Amino acid sequence: MDGSFNVMDSDTLTQRWEEKVLAAAFGIRKRVLEHTVKHNGGYLSQACSSSIILATLYLKLMNLGPSAGNPIPPKFESVPRPGSPKNYSGGVYNGLPAPDKDRFFLSPAHYALVLYAALIEAGRLAPEALDDFNKDGGTVEMIGAEHSPGFEMMGGALAQTLSQAAGIAMARKRRGDSGYHWVFLSDGEFQEGQTWEAIQTMSHYKIDNLTALVDVNCQQCDGKMCDVMNVDPLEHRIEAFGGVVAVVDGHDPVAIVKAANTSHMGKPLFVLCKTDPAFSMPILEGRRPKLHYVRFVSQAERDIFAEFLSSYSLQKMSEEKPL
Amino acid sequence: MMIETKVHAKNFVDWARDKPRVVVLSADLTGSTEIAEFQQAYPDRFFSMGVAEQNMVSFAAGLAREGYIPFIHTFAVFIYRQTLSQIVNSVAYSALPVKFFGFLPGITTPGGATHQAIEDVSIMRSIPNMTVLEVGDATEIRTVLDVVYSLPGPVYVRMLRGEVPRLFSPTEPFILNRARVLSDGCDVTLFTSGICTEEALRASSVLAARGIGIRHLHISTHKPFNDPLVDDALKACSGPVITMENHTIIGGLGSEIAERMADLGIGRKLFRIGLMDTFAHGGSKAYLMRKYGLDALSLVRTMESALSVKLDIHEQDLAEVHIQDVHSLAKAEAL
Repeated sequence: MDGSFNVMDSDTLTQRWEEKVLAAAFGIRKRVLEHTVKHNGGYLSQACSSSIILATLYLKLMNLGPSAGNPIPPKFESVPRPGSPKNYSGGVYNGLPAPDKDRFFLSPAHYALVLYAALIEAGRLAPEALDDFNKDGGTVEMIGAEHSPGFEMMGGALAQTLSQAAGIAMARKRRGDSGYHWVFLSDGEFQEGQTWEAIQTMSHYKIDNLTALVDVNCQQCDGKMCDVMNVDPLEHRIEAFGGVVAVVDGHDPVAIVKAANTSHMGKPLFVLCKTDPAFSMPILEGRRPKLHYVRFVSQAERDIFAEFLSSYSLQKMSEEKPL
Repeated sequence: MMIETKVHAKNFVDWARDKPRVVVLSADLTGSTEIAEFQQAYPDRFFSMGVAEQNMVSFAAGLAREGYIPFIHTFAVFIYRQTLSQIVNSVAYSALPVKFFGFLPGITTPGGATHQAIEDVSIMRSIPNMTVLEVGDATEIRTVLDVVYSLPGPVYVRMLRGEVPRLFSPTEPFILNRARVLSDGCDVTLFTSGICTEEALRASSVLAARGIGIRHLHISTHKPFNDPLVDDALKACSGPVITMENHTIIGGLGSEIAERMADLGIGRKLFRIGLMDTFAHGGSKAYLMRKYGLDALSLVRTMESALSVKLDIHEQDLAEVHIQDVHSLAKAEAL
């Protein structure tokens, strides 16, 4: 934490860590819901499925340095150019690279809004940063780019981040860095051949300073993954390629942390987080199986979501559906 | 003309000795890309990546982000055709110093269409942040390494292996964005690249003997492409311009010259020798160069057409020609 501001400061002393994670995850979902209502569209189901995974990473699992990014992200200046000192990385919001610090890579870059919300909940980004989301001339882009807060590479094409993270993990292992590597993946990326190439490579080179947390929400753009292109049994497939796998309820922070501590000497660890893309938002149920991007077709529909937002609370949720 | 063998294999080991950041990644073509000696000399700096090029390119990007300078070695087709998205999104956008050494340019392999890189220059030079180079002889194979190493961003090199001629003096190294002026004349302006330079030289003394003045420039930098020597050659004369490349005529050297002439507002008739928007098939280099019109005789026929003359030059005239070491006009003692 950079200490300059922290939306959770008031509760820090009184809450247990898992309560803090759940509160932050609720904050992530609420911010994305607010944004979706306000701007008539957003990657809302991804917030439902991944908010607790991201909150657990930022608040419990990762050993990151304080954010070195401006709480209000900079405007877009330029794309990277060879040898240019102006090249800027949004990775600074995860702390400056240091031998003993962890690194975080979010692969499915369309989760950007969810990541920005997570950075806000982790005290690494100002809430007002979202006002710049998808605005011309800004860096808080809809599909996170290298200059977007929390990103340090171009993941938008999918499946390339794991390979890059493996290269970074390998380089740092050779250098003797103690810092660890965390990759957030979506289950759809296991339809890409490159993901499997990356796993076989990490297995071959015994890259074990890396853990991938996978949002297994079984959803993709065209609908349910099992209908579009099945990847099950994912657990066994990954094991067959040389990874260690732990399967958990992706809405249970205690289970996620326990799974992340699974021994995986000489192999990469994959934590398959089974998630619900309508988690805590029954209002999304009627949209199945098309949950990839939520947009309202009428004002009436938007009003229903606005009303849901006004009553959306962590307390109400825990009464209705205890974790 | 001297023929040398395995120039890169021998040279690279020495060159890389004092460059610990340089690492090599190979996709199961270690011997075929003359990098086995490097693997033996520096096993710690050699990464066997298997037949998995997409991961190899992104993995190299990760190494580059941590201070290494990855030299990827494989056949050219497996770089730009297999991993274009990885080149763009993992490497080029971020301007990372990943260096791509693509072997078997154009018809230099009997491997057929799957192995012949015929549109690599076209594709690679259209990627922002990418520098695109091509070697034409042993001197360039050796000295392109310093150029590649000195550039802070990604570089693609159209590389040669096996038996290669030494056309240029070892004391005249590869210089970025600088053509080699091989002959002076004003009837025709000729630009050649890669193996086509050697091929054009087979015809040049015969053409000179027929009184044709050729301003011949060897091009080894495809991007950037704003060399004053090229501009001067385009401005100096008004006759036809001929380009000759071991590549499709779309997007390669012919297009580079066409673009440059248009940029400069120079209206000269352009004749592009190369693969005429066609795939090739498997066969020997000599057979393919003849079949697809990339050889010295094809240059002669194009000259005839460009100048509306009949030169009465035949294959046997060219076969008798022995190419001498070529010296640049930039040097006082040069021819």
